[in-house]
Amino acid sequence: MPSTFDINKIRLEFPALNREVHPGIPLIYLDSTATAQKPGVVIDAMDAFYRNNNANIHRGVHTLAEESTALYEGARENVARFVNAASTKEIIFTRNTTEAINLVAFSWGRANLKPGDTVILTEMEHHSNLVPWHMLAAERDIRLEFIPVTDDGLLDMDEYRTLLGRTPKLVAFTQMSNVLGTINPAGEIITMAHAAGAVTLVDAAQSVPHLPVDVQALDADFLAFSAHKMVGPTGIGVLYGKAALLEAMPPFLGGGDMIKTVHLRSFAPNALPHKFEAGTPAIAEAVGFGAAIDYLNRIGMEAIAAYEHEIIAYALDRLEEVPGVKVFGPPADKRGGVAAFTLDGIHPHDVAQILDRDGIAVRAGHHCAQPLHEKFGIQATTRASFYLYNSLDEVDRLVEGIYKVKEIFG
Amino acid sequence: MEDLYREVIIDRYKNPQYRGHLDPHDIRFEDDNPLCGDHIEVTLRMDGDDRVVAAAFDGKGCAISQASADLLMESVVGKSLEDVKGLSKQDVLDLLGIELGPVRLKCALLSLKVLKAGAYGLGEASDDLVE
Repeated sequence: MPSTFDINKIRLEFPALNREVHPGIPLIYLDSTATAQKPGVVIDAMDAFYRNNNANIHRGVHTLAEESTALYEGARENVARFVNAASTKEIIFTRNTTEAINLVAFSWGRANLKPGDTVILTEMEHHSNLVPWHMLAAERDIRLEFIPVTDDGLLDMDEYRTLLGRTPKLVAFTQMSNVLGTINPAGEIITMAHAAGAVTLVDAAQSVPHLPVDVQALDADFLAFSAHKMVGPTGIGVLYGKAALLEAMPPFLGGGDMIKTVHLRSFAPNALPHKFEAGTPAIAEAVGFGAAIDYLNRIGMEAIAAYEHEIIAYALDRLEEVPGVKVFGPPADKRGGVAAFTLDGIHPHDVAQILDRDGIAVRAGHHCAQPLHEKFGIQATTRASFYLYNSLDEVDRLVEGIYKVKEIFG
Repeated sequence: MEDLYREVIIDRYKNPQYRGHLDPHDIRFEDDNPLCGDHIEVTLRMDGDDRVVAAAFDGKGCAISQASADLLMESVVGKSLEDVKGLSKQDVLDLLGIELGPVRLKCALLSLKVLKAGAYGLGEASDDLVE
């Protein structure tokens, strides 16, 4: 493990990780796939912004407005560097991944998809990369096709190759499943899509927080992610888009800041990236987001990915030794730090509730991926997810907790 | 918290006494909890005076939802339709004998929601029924 990775030091940097859930019971936070905890530096950056700089951006000429604008645009530069975008023009701040995908469906989709056109998705998508396309399909009769998921939780690439024969206009897929943990071969999927003439959209909500992601190396056309899953605040996310695509797209939401000129009966849209950022954005959250990226950079995404891989490999080993536990998804070498499992005869809600007694925070349900659960013939799973601040000891505590659940249900 | 999995709840979950589907029945309703996909169907058989003579539930879900359905079915046998319509959230919590946070409350109250929607003959179940 890289010497920069000091788990005890990292844990101290996250205030919430040092609280008790019940008297004498410390928190074991295994729900980072839903949202990550925040380090003090992120909380402090937002606090300092509100205490010192707070002003609306872009229009003011007073000192606070200049400072706020510089901080907001500085965060954009930080994001652009983090995913290696060619330009800050290509980084659109949205509310979250969901809004970023909706932006593409609304703007690019309505401008480019005609009745009868095919959009390829996958069976492992989160609802955020399904429902915007359902809505568009209902509106203009586009055809949705799905790359199947194999029994071991991987995308069926042969079937994908066959589907590409339908000359899809768009291939939209998750880079990392929020349930199975599967890390999909994004570069290969994109290369194949481009060869078939399709535009690509990557739901990177789970990948950008956990792996090094380079939008130019991937050659992604659109890529969406959220700050709150990468130790940043809620309320801000990113749509990366290639400048040529974004330039050609009509605006999404209308209002202030997204315009160049407005007359009573007409408007002209602003230049990128502002064209897609109507109204006062999440300024303090952008500042917090920038601090989150600084934090992750300081530790290093390679180191984070390697550490999480070590945890998930250990977690899969430990979970699989518990009788009655079935973990879904691929082996450790093909997944990130997510383990969704069922426990024979015991509902995930009950598992999660009993684990909470021991301070263990896991998620129970379908994790906004209901079709995937249907595919595996299950109603719900219990999901433990890991991030840079989790320890191997916490995996042991989880396994002990599961044994307690079994005991209660006899 | 320690009482959340009281013996009666685990026991009712594992050995429900009112699980099933009444055929014929006079009242039937089913609904899901969108949060977790829990599903409950309730069937009731009524006598000439609009009293419940038999009640059954079917479905799948967590221990809290299934145990509360079982206890609720037991409690409505012999009740008039008006009394069933008048059942409240507190009645279910009293049957369970536990306190619940907002998320688990939805699990516990799913069967009441389904029961009352059926009793009122509604087309759709609403959370207002279990306020």
